[in-house]
Amino acid sequence: MAKQAVSFTLNGKTVDVLVEPRELLIHTLRENLNHTGAHIGCETSHCGVCTVDVDGESVKSCTLLTVQAAGSDVKSVEGMASADGLHVIQQAFVDEHGLQCGFCTPGMLMRAYRFLQENPDPSDEEIRWGMSGNLCRCTGYQNIIEAVKTAAKNLQQA
Amino acid sequence: MDKVADKQEREGSLNGVGCSRKRKEDARFIQGKGNYTDDIKMPGMLFADMVRSPYAHARIISINKEKALALPGVHAVITAEDLKPLNLHWMPTLAGDVQAVLADEKVHFQYQEVALVVADDRYIAADAIDLVEVEYEELPVLIDPHKAMTDDAPILREDLVGKMEGAHSSRKHNNHIFNWQAGEKESTDRVFDAAEVTVSQDMVYHRVHPCPLETCGCVASMDKINGKLTVYLTSQAPHVVRTVVSNLSGLPESSIRIVSPDIGGGFGNKVGIYPGYVASIVASIVLGVPVKWVEDRMENISTTAFARDYHMRGELAADSNGIIKGLRVNVLADHGAFDSCADPSKFPAGFMHICTGSYDIPVAHLNVDGVYTNKAPGGVSYRCSFRVTEAVYVIERTIDVLAQKLGIDKAEIRRRNFVKKEQFPYKTCLGFELDSGDYHTALEKVLDAVDYKGLRREQEEKRAKGELMGIGLVTFTEVVGAGPSKSCDILGVGMFDSAEIRVHPTGSVMARMGTITQGQGHQTTYAQIIASELGITSDEIAIEEGDTDTAPYGLGTYGSRSTPVGGAATAVAARKIKAKAKKIAAHLLEVSEDDLEWEVDRFKVKGVPGQEKTMKDIAWAAYNNVPDGMEPGLEAVDYYDPPNFTFPFGAYLCVVDIDKDTGVTDIRRFYALDDCGTRINPMIIDGQIHGGLTEGYAVAMGQEMPYDEEGNLLGNTLMDYFLPTFVETPKWETDYTVTPSPHHPIGAKGVAESPHVGSIPTFTSAMVDAFAHLDVTHMDMPHNAFRVWKQIKALGLLDN
Amino acid sequence: MIPSGFEYHKATSIADAIAKLRDNEDAKLLAGGHSLLPMMKLRFSEAPYLVDINGIDGLKGISIDGDTITIGAMTTESELIRSDILQQYCPLLVEAAKLVADPQVRNRGTIGGDVAHGDPGNDHPAVMLALDAQLVIHGPDGERTIPANGFFLGTYWTALEEFEILVAIKVPALKSGTGHGYNKLKRKTGDYAVAGSAVVVEMNGDIVRDIRIGLTNVAPMAIRAEAAEDLIRGKRIDDVLLKSVEKAIVEVCDPAVDLRGDEEYKSHMAAIMARRSIIQAIENAKE
Repeated sequence: MAKQAVSFTLNGKTVDVLVEPRELLIHTLRENLNHTGAHIGCETSHCGVCTVDVDGESVKSCTLLTVQAAGSDVKSVEGMASADGLHVIQQAFVDEHGLQCGFCTPGMLMRAYRFLQENPDPSDEEIRWGMSGNLCRCTGYQNIIEAVKTAAKNLQQA
Repeated sequence: MDKVADKQEREGSLNGVGCSRKRKEDARFIQGKGNYTDDIKMPGMLFADMVRSPYAHARIISINKEKALALPGVHAVITAEDLKPLNLHWMPTLAGDVQAVLADEKVHFQYQEVALVVADDRYIAADAIDLVEVEYEELPVLIDPHKAMTDDAPILREDLVGKMEGAHSSRKHNNHIFNWQAGEKESTDRVFDAAEVTVSQDMVYHRVHPCPLETCGCVASMDKINGKLTVYLTSQAPHVVRTVVSNLSGLPESSIRIVSPDIGGGFGNKVGIYPGYVASIVASIVLGVPVKWVEDRMENISTTAFARDYHMRGELAADSNGIIKGLRVNVLADHGAFDSCADPSKFPAGFMHICTGSYDIPVAHLNVDGVYTNKAPGGVSYRCSFRVTEAVYVIERTIDVLAQKLGIDKAEIRRRNFVKKEQFPYKTCLGFELDSGDYHTALEKVLDAVDYKGLRREQEEKRAKGELMGIGLVTFTEVVGAGPSKSCDILGVGMFDSAEIRVHPTGSVMARMGTITQGQGHQTTYAQIIASELGITSDEIAIEEGDTDTAPYGLGTYGSRSTPVGGAATAVAARKIKAKAKKIAAHLLEVSEDDLEWEVDRFKVKGVPGQEKTMKDIAWAAYNNVPDGMEPGLEAVDYYDPPNFTFPFGAYLCVVDIDKDTGVTDIRRFYALDDCGTRINPMIIDGQIHGGLTEGYAVAMGQEMPYDEEGNLLGNTLMDYFLPTFVETPKWETDYTVTPSPHHPIGAKGVAESPHVGSIPTFTSAMVDAFAHLDVTHMDMPHNAFRVWKQIKALGLLDN
Repeated sequence: MIPSGFEYHKATSIADAIAKLRDNEDAKLLAGGHSLLPMMKLRFSEAPYLVDINGIDGLKGISIDGDTITIGAMTTESELIRSDILQQYCPLLVEAAKLVADPQVRNRGTIGGDVAHGDPGNDHPAVMLALDAQLVIHGPDGERTIPANGFFLGTYWTALEEFEILVAIKVPALKSGTGHGYNKLKRKTGDYAVAGSAVVVEMNGDIVRDIRIGLTNVAPMAIRAEAAEDLIRGKRIDDVLLKSVEKAIVEVCDPAVDLRGDEEYKSHMAAIMARRSIIQAIENAKE
């Protein structure tokens, strides 16, 4: 199939790629644009390790065609930290030991980033429901919940 | 500042053993800068994808590559016929069998590797595998291991016909792999014949898969100019991979570099050496360019490394007070099509003979038969030492059955049979020497914490109302830290592990180990060990693992062996440095070594305040001012062959409420007390326990790999295969006691697998307990709602 | 898991989408993509031509006009959950949407895709039946509106004709005296239902004047449990009646056997879910 030119914004910068219509956004990010933070885990949109933010919503980038992202504002974990340092959520994951092997972490962080905008002061139960599209095999989630709560508190104080 | 405060402050600033130091590895992971195998990109790299068999047992009539090769962007289609001239179509397994790299004339399980396609990118490779035309002739399929050794069972392994001497024992059927026994059969049988009470329970420990979020994969790169093969590979044992690749390829180990980059979870899945790795390496050697191969999730669940599939019978003989007199365990082990168990012990059923558990059992007999079936090969220890989960399951289940028969509470029967604190070190009747333990204290602490008696009262009330509430209790003992080379090896290499520590002139440290972290936080915790040993802050200690060009040879990370073996090597290497440092300090202070005492980070002259040299002073001197005859520098290597295993233990309690209408189980409470000896980093320990409990929950309550009669694996995506989400996962309560290992340099025992090993029988214990008043003694896993509902219905408990 | 190649067209209007479906053999619509793309990646489904209907004006949004709520087919599950109109006038849809898949999937998955895909495991078809929804369909011959009851004909088989597109869904706003319930038994978050049931009741005091019971994933398509409804209509609910309702529901089920359970279990679970939804519906009708 003929390739198509697609432009979108990635972490605030415009990027232009040439892709087959069937190319999945996760592959474009990882292979074409060398943003390897988001990973591939299940490929059937169950695990969430490919989660990025597209136009203000958390999306599993293994189930979005790159051509569908044309004109979109895409944010990935690589854009979280700023010149001022780590994002509050990143720091909270370190402080609460919210990661182990690190494979789910970029997707988990991007989901937490959006979730805390949707719900700035969540209960444990709301965190469990709101983060339920992201699997982790290492942590048993308990410390991730602590990290999200800590991040919520610190974001509100900021 | 007074002396005590000064000492405490210096001690605190080390960030050494015992503190919850934040993890060193996190910085890269939280910024998307981890470097996992699929993140690696090399110039000219091609992608491989695997053609797999749709059938569980079939003869390959023909393979036609033409259409695939005609697809633009396809570089090669490799089959067994192509590997034959190189003698690489079969490879030895870690368990003494052979396994087809690519199917040689026959396929033995569904999704078996048939051909490797190599193409410009993964999209073209995926298209090309559909174009490889394979003609099969289906053969009768063997799925039930109980039918493996019948007269009319189909012959699976034609390559073994007539070879009745197996790697571990003689074989009594062509589908038989081995028979292995431990203990004394005759005296055990006599105890059973004479016993006041005996119980017998059959149980299936079902087939499951470790399923880390990162699948297996590699990037193989043969540099033909320099003659060097580099392979980035998701391996829990990179040095072993190098040895195997050397044996297979004929390249010297010095021309092979295996790198385990960041690993997205292992849990045993990444110990083995899989056909995809070997085929990719061959492809790179043949094509002269880097080749990447990464499994998709279906390939991962279907082909690489199942665990368990043990069909067990546990029997106990006891007196009427519940004092155990003897144990018999019989196992039929389904190893799938090839015996490629990742078993690091000299025993074909691993450490199954830890099945005497935490109990003082005078005599026991264990019998294990391994058989072939048309299922995926493998057999890994999924977050446990090899077969320890099975062993703990069979003893903990069977002692519950005994308690039930005698009407003794399950906490009480354990109290009566525990190995007592004063009996350690305790030799079990099946040959282990338990290093240390205090089982009574652990149990009582848990019972107090949850108000066990109150829970039992509540259960009585609920039962009276017809409600289903269960209390599960397990007091397990694990064997980890493989292991003493007299008992453990991989392909003849002893199961030591290693550490190499270099102290630089300005007092910072670079250390490398033969293990490899997969989330356990080695970069953080090994540094804590060195910090406490050498008095150098852990923030100035860099830890590297996983690159065979730089790290000392080690056997890798699995079976909770990093702390017991690698951690021991680290402490011992540090002590070698400290011994040299002491000599240098004596030289600098112009006193005898005997006049020196160590305090936190320095040697002091006894009784002479102010006369001292810090480790930093000594490190500098090591490069410019050493005693006559001493070589300069400050570094050491240790290869540590442990004198014994370590034996972590714990007491776990679980409370469940079951919805009678639906069979849905609510885990109301789970209390886990672990004793892993000396605790290096409590934060990391807690995290490991949360994770292990969650994996145990997954295995007990939902994970399964069912096959239909044609050998089709049902449920090999994450739609079906149960990885609990935030919503299903219970909240965990953790606790601990500390009983150091007497033989480990810092008394640590290893921890990450206890929660998996210990929790699984706890869940079953709780589920069965909910029905125990109705004379149910056992329910096989997984305890999903459907299966539990069938139990409810069978007991006539449905309302309609 | 890589889909086969296809051509892609981003439709600019409903008419454009219909034209592209008509002009390209075996073309498929791409809505949220969270059913279609996984199927294509597994190569269970192939499409040489995808017509993307994301971004077409008029396919999105929720509005209320008198007693009728209109929901654009491309409204996502997340938008249903966030909708003030639905929270107030059709909370059943909000509750059902919350049980669909997971947050990320709900951000892409659309109500129209869920309804039109014809998958008996999808949650909205049973909800549509319980709500007595009307489906607005555009095709080469213009627009037609048909009841949801009768739309679901079998697995991946609906009353949509060739080249037709579901563009909107009309549901009645909640009247006083009506109540609703949705219960779904699933193995884990992100899974399809073992069984699910959507119920809407209209009460007259404590008499059930009317009731509609929709069932999820216990037949080749979403179904109404009409015999069970007949038992209840005009009656006061009690345990004896609920028992016979459960039996009637078990009888109407014809589920596919899979790892979620056998026929007996799934049918019984449909009955349990329906019972819970009925009780819930009557309870909240009183509020």
